Amino acid sequence: MGFWSFFFIIVFLGLSTQWYGTNKALKINSKIKEGPKLPSLPSYYGTHALLWLVLPVSITLVIWGFSKSHVVDFILLQNLPKSLVNEFGGKPAMLIDIIKATDPLRIFPGTNPIIVENAIYYNEINILSNSIAFSVILFIGLLASIFSLKKISFSFKARQAVEKTNINLLILCSLIAIIATIGIILSLIFEAIRFFEKINIFEFLFGLDWSPQTAIREGQVASEGAFGAIPIFSGTLLITSVAMFVAIPIGLLSAIYLSEYANPKVRSTFKPILEILAGVPTVVYGFFAAITVGPFLKGFVNSFGFDIASESAIAAGGVMGIMIIPFISSLSDDVIRAVPQSLRDGSFAMGATKSETVKKIILPAALPGIMGAVLLAISRAIGETMIVVMAAGIAANLTLNPFESVTTVTVQIVTLLVGDQEFDSAKTLAAFALGITLFSATLMLNIIALRIVQKYREKYE
Amino acid sequence: MNNNLDKVKSSLVKRKRSENLFKFYGFSGIVCATFFLVVILYSVISQGQKAFFTTFIKVDVYFDPEIIDPNNERNDEEIKFSNFNKIIISSLKKKFPKINGKKDIRELASFISSSEEENLMNFIINNKEFIGKNKSLWLLASSTIDVIIKNPEMEKLSEQDRLISNKQLFWLNKIKSNNEIRSGLNKNFFTKADSTEPEQAGIWGSLVGSFFTIIVTLILSFPIAVAAGVFLEELAPKNRFTDFLEVNINNLAAVPSIIFGLLGLAIFLNIMHLPRSAPIVGGMVLALMTLPTIIIATRSSLKSVPPSIREAAIGLGATRFQSVVDHVLPLAIPGIMTGTIIGMSRALGESAPLLMIGMVAFIVDVPGSFLDSSTALPVQVYLWKSTAARGFVELTAAGVIVLLVFLILMNGLAVFIRQKFEKKW
Repeated sequence: MGFWSFFFIIVFLGLSTQWYGTNKALKINSKIKEGPKLPSLPSYYGTHALLWLVLPVSITLVIWGFSKSHVVDFILLQNLPKSLVNEFGGKPAMLIDIIKATDPLRIFPGTNPIIVENAIYYNEINILSNSIAFSVILFIGLLASIFSLKKISFSFKARQAVEKTNINLLILCSLIAIIATIGIILSLIFEAIRFFEKINIFEFLFGLDWSPQTAIREGQVASEGAFGAIPIFSGTLLITSVAMFVAIPIGLLSAIYLSEYANPKVRSTFKPILEILAGVPTVVYGFFAAITVGPFLKGFVNSFGFDIASESAIAAGGVMGIMIIPFISSLSDDVIRAVPQSLRDGSFAMGATKSETVKKIILPAALPGIMGAVLLAISRAIGETMIVVMAAGIAANLTLNPFESVTTVTVQIVTLLVGDQEFDSAKTLAAFALGITLFSATLMLNIIALRIVQKYREKYE
Repeated sequence: MNNNLDKVKSSLVKRKRSENLFKFYGFSGIVCATFFLVVILYSVISQGQKAFFTTFIKVDVYFDPEIIDPNNERNDEEIKFSNFNKIIISSLKKKFPKINGKKDIRELASFISSSEEENLMNFIINNKEFIGKNKSLWLLASSTIDVIIKNPEMEKLSEQDRLISNKQLFWLNKIKSNNEIRSGLNKNFFTKADSTEPEQAGIWGSLVGSFFTIIVTLILSFPIAVAAGVFLEELAPKNRFTDFLEVNINNLAAVPSIIFGLLGLAIFLNIMHLPRSAPIVGGMVLALMTLPTIIIATRSSLKSVPPSIREAAIGLGATRFQSVVDHVLPLAIPGIMTGTIIGMSRALGESAPLLMIGMVAFIVDVPGSFLDSSTALPVQVYLWKSTAARGFVELTAAGVIVLLVFLILMNGLAVFIRQKFEKKW
């Protein structure tokens, strides 16, 4: 049984169970001439039967989806002769991958006949296991819905049961957010621990040398890489500072102008422009930084007789700053508008001009909120990937000169993981160690920023 | 007293000036942001529009029966394996009868895109009557010629920097003066997938890949996010657990997108053994990423439905669940749709997590299903940007234009829904 035929059988079955349940309830109701009828509306009995079919089926289907490849691999492994497994250095996973990649209809000449045989066998068990699983799942669903249809009686309150199930489903959906967070933390920690088994954690956090060129083949020369992440952290900070240097003044000034000076007409023209700037995909900013800004800056600086790297921190950071402008301006706009009007009126009544009010009253009052906005923007900047991947360098230089090329955490994660690697090497695992550093840093910044903003809001509400 | 007034009056000029200066600073902030947007759009459009057109060269092709069909059998298999490159070269040579020597011929042959061999083959299989005859055809020029034609200033560069040799430039100018060169719509760009040759590379493959990815994202994230939003906004009791859920969702919204890619790599690929580079995995990762966006949109549009609707439903005997599902939710749908479309447009422009799960491969075929290897639109832009050949710069910019057009369409749809269907209470 293929997936689609299974799917259509389930849909048909679901519709007919619901129809049957509803009709059965209607029939019972119509027989009663006087007195109370069934405690719930007939359609709830149908829906209840439908839920009893759909839920067990989808739960078992998901379980099967997760376990299928493991089951099939296990069966395949049982069939393989020991000698062939030994030929692959006792790594059956690689052998299984080869068997799966072999197409029995198009065999390369010289392929081991046992592998071809097993490739055919693999296709067979693949289809067979699906058929068996689908039949079992269907059977379970049928049993459950029959059980539910049998339950239709005066003592059974279908609406309550249906609503309770539905609310539990809604809770389950809300839990996905928590599951995702746990998934992120677990997967990062698990791989990072494996990395720290190979490399000392202090060497990683405080080492000054980063060159993750471990051996791809065993016994290669210069197989030990250096995993000191300080140059990467400093590069990230450098680019982030350049970005903030661009974004904070422009974003803050735009926010002040839009909230304090602009009339509604000006506001309604410039606000969408900032929104467009926020909606431009980061890959476009990356293209802009690499193709337009980088060469332009190089030519510009060279004309003064100075030297600048073509993948300089200032190009990547500057464009990242443009990306962050709308972020800062919209957050600080909200914050400034939340400052109560009475403070402004009081200041004007004392004869202060508008700019004096802004500088001496509004900004100090809004400062915590603006700080929160800046922290959120920083967390955004250090997690930004595409701009730096396209416009910043790969070599880890320990420098504070924005005209030189530096690398960032995200760039390193991408360079370490894109391409073919052995998954257990320190090089690949290093990406997860960097990932967990990035995750904890942004999480911390966000929590602090949200705390500050919340405290600030409470103050004026 | 009078003294003080004088002080104030004398300081007034200065204060006024600083007031105007401050206002000017604020305005220049806004102008800066606008200026950046204009520069970005200009640099993309000015470079990208060139890639929508490409260069064709008029060649009098002689379908030599000696090469195509030596046995005069009109056999398709025979035609398929004959050397069409030779036909193109001999036809080109007719333009320049003086050219001789292997190197010169090779340089001349590099004028025409290698894809034309297959096109000529298909043409002759369908039109066998042309065997042994002449037909003047517009053949696709190779990318280097295309680049020179589009950037005439390059002709003045020295021979090493120019991509083509002096001889080639001389031939090119002769072709130009004969009016045998024209610019036409770049069909390959809209119909093909990636290629190593810029003139044969297209955006269609990655567009289809993006489409599959977004569909998976939508199917997964929309129902889950709406359900979570309905629960948290309407039905959840106020307790520690729901507070924790809320904090969690807010934090998830701020997690850098690349971290979601790491999650996809570690769990979907390495533990669950889902296929690498497949839209289904990309869609799953992006769904997790857009979940908070849609949840927040759902909640805010549920919040804007006035409580009187709920009260009226409950007053008529509906349960709380019925009032939400049958009355409040339908009224909130336009707002939810708007939020969903904006979330999807963000997912469409996202590329960092897709790099992690391998949707960054060189893929020549247009993907046919959710399980095929494919790239996505922004990833294709990134891939072309990292390619060295000169012709890819314009393709990259053109890819950005296509991406931006889709984003504008989606956001336009969101604005339309907001203005047309969203109720103001």
